[in-house]
Amino acid sequence: MTDKQRDIWKNRIAVFFAWVAALLFFFPIFWMVLTGFKTENQAIAIPPLLFFEPTLENFTEINERTNYSKFALNSIITSFGGTLLALLIAIPSAYAMAFNPGRWTKDILMWMLSTKMLPAVGVLMPIYFLAQNSGLYDTKAVLVIIYAMINLPIVMLILFNYFREIPKEILEASRMDGTSTFNEIRQVVMPLAWGGIASTALLSIILCWNEAFWSIVLTTTDASTLTAFVASFQAPEGLFWAKVSAVSTLACAPIVVFGWLAQKQLVQGMTFGAVK
Amino acid sequence: MKSLMNTALGLSLVVAGATAASAGELTIATVNNGHMIEMQKLTPKFEEANPGITVNWVTLDEGTLRSRVTTDITTKGGQFDIMTIGMYEAPIWGSRGWLEPLDFGADYDVEDILPAMRGGLSHEGTLYAAPFYGESSMIMYRKDLLDAAGMEMPDRPSWGHVADAAAAMTDKENDQYGICLRGKPGWGDNAAFITTMANSFGAQWFNEDWTPALDSPAWNHALNFYVDLMNNYGPPGSSANSFNEILALMNEGKCGMWIDATIAASFLTNENMAYAQAPVAITDRGANWLWAWSLAVPAGTNQKEDAMKFMEWATSKEYIELVAETNGWGKVPTGTRQSTYDNPNFQAAAGFAEAELAAIKSADPSNSTQNPSPYVGVQFAAIPEFQAIGTAVGQQFTDALAGNISVEEALANAQEIADREMKKAGYY
Amino acid sequence: MNPALVRWLQAPSIVLLLIWMIVPLSMTIYFSTIRYNLLYPERKGFIGLSNYEFFYTDPSFYPALINTLVLVGSVLIITVVLGLAVSLLIDRPFWGRGVARVMLISPFFIMPTVSALVWKNMLMDPNNGLFAAAANALGMTPIEWLQDFPLLSIIIMVSWQWTPFAILIFMTSLQSQDQEQKEAATLDGAGFWSQFYHLTLPHLARPISIVILIQMIFHLAIFAEIFVTTSGGPGVQSTNLTYLIYIQSQQAFDVGVASAGGVFAIILANIVAIFLIRAIGKTLTV
Repeated sequence: MTDKQRDIWKNRIAVFFAWVAALLFFFPIFWMVLTGFKTENQAIAIPPLLFFEPTLENFTEINERTNYSKFALNSIITSFGGTLLALLIAIPSAYAMAFNPGRWTKDILMWMLSTKMLPAVGVLMPIYFLAQNSGLYDTKAVLVIIYAMINLPIVMLILFNYFREIPKEILEASRMDGTSTFNEIRQVVMPLAWGGIASTALLSIILCWNEAFWSIVLTTTDASTLTAFVASFQAPEGLFWAKVSAVSTLACAPIVVFGWLAQKQLVQGMTFGAVK
Repeated sequence: MKSLMNTALGLSLVVAGATAASAGELTIATVNNGHMIEMQKLTPKFEEANPGITVNWVTLDEGTLRSRVTTDITTKGGQFDIMTIGMYEAPIWGSRGWLEPLDFGADYDVEDILPAMRGGLSHEGTLYAAPFYGESSMIMYRKDLLDAAGMEMPDRPSWGHVADAAAAMTDKENDQYGICLRGKPGWGDNAAFITTMANSFGAQWFNEDWTPALDSPAWNHALNFYVDLMNNYGPPGSSANSFNEILALMNEGKCGMWIDATIAASFLTNENMAYAQAPVAITDRGANWLWAWSLAVPAGTNQKEDAMKFMEWATSKEYIELVAETNGWGKVPTGTRQSTYDNPNFQAAAGFAEAELAAIKSADPSNSTQNPSPYVGVQFAAIPEFQAIGTAVGQQFTDALAGNISVEEALANAQEIADREMKKAGYY
Repeated sequence: MNPALVRWLQAPSIVLLLIWMIVPLSMTIYFSTIRYNLLYPERKGFIGLSNYEFFYTDPSFYPALINTLVLVGSVLIITVVLGLAVSLLIDRPFWGRGVARVMLISPFFIMPTVSALVWKNMLMDPNNGLFAAAANALGMTPIEWLQDFPLLSIIIMVSWQWTPFAILIFMTSLQSQDQEQKEAATLDGAGFWSQFYHLTLPHLARPISIVILIQMIFHLAIFAEIFVTTSGGPGVQSTNLTYLIYIQSQQAFDVGVASAGGVFAIILANIVAIFLIRAIGKTLTV
């Protein structure tokens, strides 16, 4: 075998394992989606059924009983709103910290992260009272604000990391041209870090989308998101696994599709290796 | 960038403005049980009959529902006009003045509501919640399997007999288990079930002076019995099983017998099901539990009148008839009214009716232990501390079930847990 | 950039987070020193450190502390190692890479409650779960996951959900790795491990530390998985600090003790963070 042949084989083996990993990771989701098309009695069958006559009854019932689009819209507004707000606050700060680090920068970042360390259930009452008294209870605004704040440290840290990878020479070159800071961010940093910003945004959106504590505690009807939608299909007395699978499939579908579309953004950017 | 910022700010303000509940809009918190789903489906009929009132449902899982409504009512949050609560909350909240006392007109026929239910939802004679559906616990067993084993099930068997029957029906080679019982930790899960068992063995949660009584021989006896029973004749993985997991096992034909909420009977699909009263050891006091999913109106709601109207509608005889007309008598919410059980159509449609009524009637929350106890409640003690105690103690029971610690250790730990909480709350 | 501008750009995030931290934190500290049970609104007053004492002397406190650390530690190791392996595997062009990538990160899209329900009832259940069916088909006795290995079961669920996070971060970072350098190394005859150790790992040092720091925060507060599957049992084998706080906060409705527990959790988180920063913080050096 020549070296080249060996490389090809190595590559094939790697691809094989990549697919094995992908299938293993995806399997529980596949199983969940599949269960969504079973009846409740098929869902509990021993041994579990792989082949069965699919039914849409779960989806029909969900559609009859609840207003999926309202929950979905709330989820979209709050998770995109929260992410947008967090990015607006974080991009300038992370930029400043990455390119003009001071002696406290690392400590500030760590402190920011530490603000996330208080378990939600421990600060339930303070936040609950604040929301009640400010009249923001059961509004999308309160979720947007909270999501922005709880994700801000993470967004900061990750953006900081991506910005640090941008070679300083590029910025220096643009500065020699007399670009303003604002334009520097917009025209030089953003395009270069686009992949990083996109994956940060995606991450933040996912975290907001799945946030199931505040979205349930701080909403009643008007601002309930898909996590409340899922919670509403769990029954203390009565089988619900097929229905919850169907509901979860619906709840996760938009974000998976979004993730799929975001693929391109994730792969692009971060190409300054070639610029050097 | 600035314009973007303004847009975001504007957006959030617009979103914020769109709240404030309008008059005539009722918000009801509930769980996702079958009867509640039916109530939601029938609500348009109520809205038709009462123009100007619209109903919003907030459906949550049981644990979340409980935290949400408790937080709301204790802080006067006012998010809900009607709350679905259980027999545990009603007397506690009623005594605190957090619920509107209920005073129904003659049409409603409050006397028709089963006395056990009325008693459990009242505090000092005042009714604070209206039962939507109620349940006790009973034995549900596979008559075909028991017949094949050549055994009988008396109407009120002893625990010894139940153990024999479980042994006779167990065939582990073929994944056939004699008995399935709750094992998942929680005050409403394994602790509820084991408490009814312990009651019958002569145990109780608290002594007259409120000191915990978990270190008594009766508890030891009961818990040992439970652990042995499950280890010998129970299915694998019992320590994670709650109502739904066991229901699944029953419907898959893996269990010969199940002792749980009477409502379970309406979900069982096997045609050979038969029913008997919960087993007894030394006493039948507190041997079967009592629970009601009920509707209550928080005190001080500004939509009291509309809320009362809805509650009256949903818990009335007419509502039960409406469900019967729509879905048949087999699907009506049970466990609340004598008139339901008197109805020949219902008797014909529900094979479990007689057993359920007998179970409910034999449960007495204010007199559920062999020796005098200071608390009300069969499978719980209606004091605010019980949820935390019951859940932590339930974890110990599960540990004993899983065989990690002995029954003695579990009960000693349980005693310490309860003692700490009771001391903290200032009972002694 | 002039220093004033730097400060102005940093200000919003710092000030907002400061407010976000100080307001709830000071309220929590205040609540932790008073008698405050939602179910006893009439009982009030300053009680010093009694709430802390109650929480700290709970027999479940130490087991919960250990469980919390074991949970965080194991999940961190599993996710970083698996994440590295997988992202290196997919860091090459191949047919269907986009699809494989989405499949790999999709567990992260699933809500924790749902993932717990799926794992508990459809996969790990010893009777009607898929693992049991597989074991039976192979003639083995099904493992009673949640009864015999409760903490391990939780670790598996959480790792399944969070490895995709590591993959997401690593795979984005790998794209910025200098390919020419790698090719040069290959020409020089450097093997895979040598390249991995000398080029890839240093390049991924910062992403790795970030993945560890971020995950640590989330895993210190794991709740949904425990709540749905084991309720902290059997015994306290799968109870972590968050679950202990939950019992006080949402079952006993004792805001005082729950707040004291919250303060403990912050202290623990900061201790862990200091250790981690010591260990990996160098890579963040600016």
